[in-house]
Amino acid sequence: MADKSVAAALNPKKSVPIMQWVTPVLVGWLVPGAGHIYQGRMQRGLLLGISTLICFLFGLMMRGAFFEPQSGDLLTTLIYTGGNFANKMVGLPYFLATWLGYNQPDVAGHVHDYGTKFLAGAGLLNVLSLVDAYEIATGKKD
Amino acid sequence: MPKITLSHLETAILLALLISVVLGVVTKKTDKERLHYGLYCFACFIGTIFGLGWLMKLGHG
Repeated sequence: MADKSVAAALNPKKSVPIMQWVTPVLVGWLVPGAGHIYQGRMQRGLLLGISTLICFLFGLMMRGAFFEPQSGDLLTTLIYTGGNFANKMVGLPYFLATWLGYNQPDVAGHVHDYGTKFLAGAGLLNVLSLVDAYEIATGKKD
Repeated sequence: MPKITLSHLETAILLALLISVVLGVVTKKTDKERLHYGLYCFACFIGTIFGLGWLMKLGHG
């Protein structure tokens, strides 16, 4: 018995119920920063949401292209599938933009190229926010 | 949606600012630490931008 409690103290891994974190993470994915606001972290949520949305909007205004999944060699698959995943991680703004008909082809030019990176970067910023929202929800962070 | 054209430097500084804000907010535990870390990240980005810029200029002649 004592061995078990010592083992538990030394190995404090415990599973966190999915319902504890799924709502803030889902809300944070759909609306950047909302996962924090949902958990009462208004200031941090606004900073994260505004930063992510500004990044996304500048990407649109620079006429960046959304990545489409492509297969082929490993690097192509990694870049295009990863880029498509990053685009989708912005949540509703991405789906809204595609639903409203935003369909910029991938053309040459440094402004377009930066725009494409801003669009993918916005999704990656939101991934960081989601990890933070998850850690707050599971009590690993304040 | 209006179209904008930014220079390389303006784009890099804007991206550095946005990433620094997010890194500052998600990484540290107190507001003071967040502000310091965000400013530190931003300074590192700017230093790298100008450092690499000068390296490229000197490398290309």
